[in-house]
Amino acid sequence: MIDLLQNYWLYFLLGQYPEGPLGGLTLTILLSVSALLLASPVGLLLGLARVSQHRALRWPVTALIFVVRGSPLLMVIFWAYFFLPSVTGQQTDQFPTMLIALAIFNGAYLAEIVRAGIQALPRGQMESARALGLSYTTAMRRVILPQALRNSLPSLVNQLVTTIKETSLGYIIGLAEVSFIASQINIQVLTMPVQVYGVLALTYFVLCFGLSRIAYALERRLARRPISSGAPV
Amino acid sequence: MSELPIVEFRAVNKWYGRYHALVDVSETVQRGEVVVVCGPSGSGKSTFIRTINRLEPIDSGTILLDGRDIHRAVSDVDEFRSGIGFVFQQFNLFPHLNVLDNCMLAPMSVRKLGAAEAKDRVMTLLDRVGLAHKATAFPAELSGGQQQRVAIARALAMEPPLILFDEPTSALDPEMVGEVLTVIRDLAHRGMTLICVTHEMGFAREVADRILFMDHGAVLERATPSEFFRQPAHPRARQFLADIRSPFAPAMR
Repeated sequence: MIDLLQNYWLYFLLGQYPEGPLGGLTLTILLSVSALLLASPVGLLLGLARVSQHRALRWPVTALIFVVRGSPLLMVIFWAYFFLPSVTGQQTDQFPTMLIALAIFNGAYLAEIVRAGIQALPRGQMESARALGLSYTTAMRRVILPQALRNSLPSLVNQLVTTIKETSLGYIIGLAEVSFIASQINIQVLTMPVQVYGVLALTYFVLCFGLSRIAYALERRLARRPISSGAPV
Repeated sequence: MSELPIVEFRAVNKWYGRYHALVDVSETVQRGEVVVVCGPSGSGKSTFIRTINRLEPIDSGTILLDGRDIHRAVSDVDEFRSGIGFVFQQFNLFPHLNVLDNCMLAPMSVRKLGAAEAKDRVMTLLDRVGLAHKATAFPAELSGGQQQRVAIARALAMEPPLILFDEPTSALDPEMVGEVLTVIRDLAHRGMTLICVTHEMGFAREVADRILFMDHGAVLERATPSEFFRQPAHPRARQFLADIRSPFAPAMR
């Protein structure tokens, strides 16, 4: 076990880098962070479109979300990997392919969380904001979203943790992220699959658990300020 | 002072599906007037008052505000709304903002006031409604009566020439009704134009210049408080007054 760690830790962390392309845990973290950073605004914008009064915006976005939510992530990855090049005429690298697939897929799920958060607020919140003369956009930004996002924080974090785990599907298109590297190591060592995949499992656990804890701390801090609509009637 | 009425309804109709919520309402409110709208529940009072700042659309007729047709497809709906205060039955304070920020939001983001100026204005108003000491409290930390007084201060912070109240005391515990009505009465005495939907008949009698009685979406009677309470002309108004004076009578009939 010590041998295993000593021989392969650098490969596990970095892949073939610097001789070859960057991979391993570093790539997984890079992909996770980029996917989170990209999926969040996508989810927010799609969610806002879902509650828009303009049908021209609401209907196509609703259709997109239903299609994406109705297909497995693996399908979305295949589409991005095989279908996209046949449209654009050039092969997309694995990393951007995976990033786009994750952003669209998780964006669709985040959008539904955002929509539910907005629609769960009492109608009076939007009404009173508009009655004061705030524009729809300002009311959204200053009154509705701060409450809606805070209320849906647990679900949002859940989805973001899922995103980290889903980066492992990059394996299927040969992206050298940490799962791919782990299976390479396993093939080379042959005799220690339990240890290899044990370390891999622990790695994912630390990443996801870490994000959960950060989110939980954030939740606790926000909870110290009152939030429920606060009208004792 | 202009001769134009501040609010004018001309043959306004509104339907909710097949339900006729406002029936040919024509009405004017003059600047400085205090108008109380009363009537049984479901009579269209709330719909009436909510159409004045376009929270509810109308199906026919016109509503003029200072002579401007506000239900025409205009782009400056935010601009005219900022000139009409609206106080809701459920207060609708923003729970994530403290009292001060609740009141400063619109003056700063709509009127583009600086923070210092907005704060001065809001603190003066909070002082007037007796809540200056609650400036940093959050809505959930306030009683219903206090929340409603903050909501009034928030509406006043835009310095609207007209303020609308939609059953401002109906969601309050009985012991808190007085503190809110006192604030509204104070506004009336300062010469503000008020339109108030309420069931508080004592308040109506004391403060109103004019009472509108509505039922089934129509304004059935318009009278001064003394006329209305002494000698209501419409039979349904007579019935309404009898019912609220002896609340058990309808059940005994």
